[in-house]
Amino acid sequence: MSTHSSRFAARLMVAPSVALLLIWMIVPLVMTIYYSFRLYRLVSPDRTGWTGFTNYTWFFKSSDFWLAMGNTLALVGGVLAITVVLGIAIALLIDQPVKGQGVLRILVIAPFFVMPPVAASILENLFMHPQNGLFAAVSIYFGSDPILYMQDYPMWSVIGIVSWEWLPFATLILLTSLQSMSSEQLEAAEMDGASALSRFRYIILPHMMRAITVVILIQTIFLLGIFGEIFTTTQGGPGSASTTLPYLIFKQAIVAKDIGRAAAGGIIAVVLANIVAIFLMRGIGKHLDA
Amino acid sequence: MGKIVLNRVNKSFGDVAVIPGIDLEIENGEFVVFVGPSGCGKSTLLRLIAGLEDTSSGRIEIDGKDATTLPPAKRGLAMVFQSYALYPHMSVKKNIGFPLKMAGMDAAEAEKRIANAARILNLTNYLDRRPGQLSGGQRQRVAIGRAIVREPAAFLFDEPLSNLDAALRVSMRQEITELHQTLKTTMIYVTHDQVEAMTMADKIVVLNAGNIEQVGSPLELYHRPANLFVAGFIGSPKMNLIDGAEAMKHNATTIGIRPEHLDVRADGPWQGIVGLAEHLGSDTFLKVTVEGLGTLTVRATGEVSLRHGDRIGLSPQLERLHRFGADGKALA
Amino acid sequence: MARAVTPRRMILTTIAAWGVALVIAFPVIWMILTSFKTEASAVASPPELIGASWTVENYVEVWSRSDYPRFFWNSVVISVGSTLLGLAIAIPAAWSMAFVPGKKTKDLLMWMLSTKMMPAVGVLIPMYLLFQRLGLFDTKIGLVLALMLMNLPIIVWMLYTYFKEIPGEILEAARMDGAALWNEIVYVLTPMALPGIASTLLLNIILAWNEAFWTITLTTTKAAPLSAFIASFSAPQGLFYAKLSAASTMAIAPILILGWFSQKQLVRGLTFGAVK
Repeated sequence: MSTHSSRFAARLMVAPSVALLLIWMIVPLVMTIYYSFRLYRLVSPDRTGWTGFTNYTWFFKSSDFWLAMGNTLALVGGVLAITVVLGIAIALLIDQPVKGQGVLRILVIAPFFVMPPVAASILENLFMHPQNGLFAAVSIYFGSDPILYMQDYPMWSVIGIVSWEWLPFATLILLTSLQSMSSEQLEAAEMDGASALSRFRYIILPHMMRAITVVILIQTIFLLGIFGEIFTTTQGGPGSASTTLPYLIFKQAIVAKDIGRAAAGGIIAVVLANIVAIFLMRGIGKHLDA
Repeated sequence: MGKIVLNRVNKSFGDVAVIPGIDLEIENGEFVVFVGPSGCGKSTLLRLIAGLEDTSSGRIEIDGKDATTLPPAKRGLAMVFQSYALYPHMSVKKNIGFPLKMAGMDAAEAEKRIANAARILNLTNYLDRRPGQLSGGQRQRVAIGRAIVREPAAFLFDEPLSNLDAALRVSMRQEITELHQTLKTTMIYVTHDQVEAMTMADKIVVLNAGNIEQVGSPLELYHRPANLFVAGFIGSPKMNLIDGAEAMKHNATTIGIRPEHLDVRADGPWQGIVGLAEHLGSDTFLKVTVEGLGTLTVRATGEVSLRHGDRIGLSPQLERLHRFGADGKALA
Repeated sequence: MARAVTPRRMILTTIAAWGVALVIAFPVIWMILTSFKTEASAVASPPELIGASWTVENYVEVWSRSDYPRFFWNSVVISVGSTLLGLAIAIPAAWSMAFVPGKKTKDLLMWMLSTKMMPAVGVLIPMYLLFQRLGLFDTKIGLVLALMLMNLPIIVWMLYTYFKEIPGEILEAARMDGAALWNEIVYVLTPMALPGIASTLLLNIILAWNEAFWTITLTTTKAAPLSAFIASFSAPQGLFYAKLSAASTMAIAPILILGWFSQKQLVRGLTFGAVK
């Protein structure tokens, strides 16, 4: 199906989406680049001017920046690992013939309905709070001291909260892929004498690879920008222990009121996101017949 | 009316010429079959006529008017697709009526035409069903019905029977042939199956690598193939082609003899050993290995009690022998 | 896998699956339970369930102290509006990508998705200033636009994968039948892709409903949706658990109900059309 007129119409019809996204991407980006080379602090609005790369070098010299980089990686990597592994396990379990599939499925996707600020504040207060949280009560019941989650394990706490939010997504995608598996293939493997474990390793897992790449691709897109969960719970603390790159930028803009520096941080984040994007697209784009 | 003329029609994708340049005249009311192996450009040629692809150069005339750049809908042609391409969300009636709705025809007239098409195609009892509730043959008829109601200048069929099972294919083949006799409208039919081509066509166009190898009636192609390609493509089982010393005896580079023109005779000039005997009841197909000639296929009439390993003699009917030159063209 | 299993195994897997599912959903269940307790009962240690004192007082209080209907209405307008607008722009784009693909189509699609990888915080300041300048700050129109653009790549991608399942021959048939491009999209493509479009619609309404960055930073009062409403409740320092739970429940209830009734489309949508 390709005549000149249909190709022309096609180009015309993609145009609005492309144009809008280009504007949506370029205008703020150009403005951010502009501010990143400016001295622009809200606390001293009179002192303005060009500052060269000062805003950028501040980040690379700051130990907080490298900590934030590490935390961002830990967050993305941690959540991906937890959701993929648990997702596979739960998908394998739910794929079995069980009673009440429908309600079961609703329960499993329930976290997806919860907006991030609600998820974060409920988990922080009702569950992880050292005095009144449910986890504290459980610790006390077993005779140990309550764990100060936000204090002692801030990054793990954030990873836990975000993993809970994304688990339904991973589970559902993996489950869908599992259900598209041909049972003849598995029966053939069984006839060939493959144990349950090797059936999983050599038949099921390779079949799920495409679904796993989709989970990784889509989650990474969302995880790189995680902000609300940290804002509602640890505020990046204690100290900078749970500050990720987006949160560090936010602190520069809102707390330090240094627009120039925040803009430079934004550009760094954009560049890093693009590097990750390129790797993801190269590595994973191949697996998608998108 | 439905006279279609192709003048130096060319289709290229980038540097690759799928159809280097074709001249062809299709007369009004003719049943023309484009036949050739997969990838020979027959479907592309049909889509060029339909207007679903642009011609790179050349001219397509429909009823004397230049249609080269007209959009598909304005060419007055109707097409039946390989997958039938029925609209799954519409009833049979709405499927058949869709082109009329698009043309803005008034409801009463549309109703009449739909009823008429349904009657011709035995679909009257199925008008309220969805395509998903129909059998393969019925879906095929709906697709044809959708084409008929428009009263097009010509029908285009793109391998319409290839998704049907063997028995249904034979009966649909007859239905389409009968339809052509009733409507007397030009039909262009694409297939890779030479049996379909032979049984249905008034005129066969044999295509290979985007070029026309030969145009002619089924029996013309059978009796006088213009070249080795047509000789090998038309006829089932395939014509035996022999080159080397035996061909030299007949002043040709290659000689061809159809399996049905080889007689089994103990004193035949070609002595060989039976490799395989396929007993069909009405015929027996023999694969016979002849020293110096290779393996020949023989079609013997009726039941022949030959088996693997038997020695037999073959005698070609010399007046049915085809001779080809070094360029692959038939020698007079 | 259609295989007979022993009743024993069925019981065991059922118990295990329900156990896991309840653990996953437990925070939501516990939140809803807590919202009906008195504050004292909500923070009691050890936690109370059977002996808890139940009340609807929290809902009454939250309702009277805040303008819930306004937040709710803003959320509805912003999530539904941005999704419908996104669909209107994305359907033609996805049509052309799926049925008239060029050499660059895949790159274009990947580029669109990659625009989502930009951390929103990075461009917060310019967005803020732009919205102020254009008079979009704290307006529903502004948020509809922002969230539409944010979700546009996902909408295009999902529709693209659904459209690709539709055989191109059907659209060609429509063209042969005399359907102009517009009729082709309205009478053939859209009805055939309806389940996919419904899933896309549903998923993106939820994504927009749950969005909590732009909705908080680009609003103050007038256009603030439920995400902003809940943010104002999120520092209760241990004393207002029941009220926090009630407010949270009120914020997610509409989506929870929507999800319950449209389970099938949602499950399909949640896979982003990427896996069949």
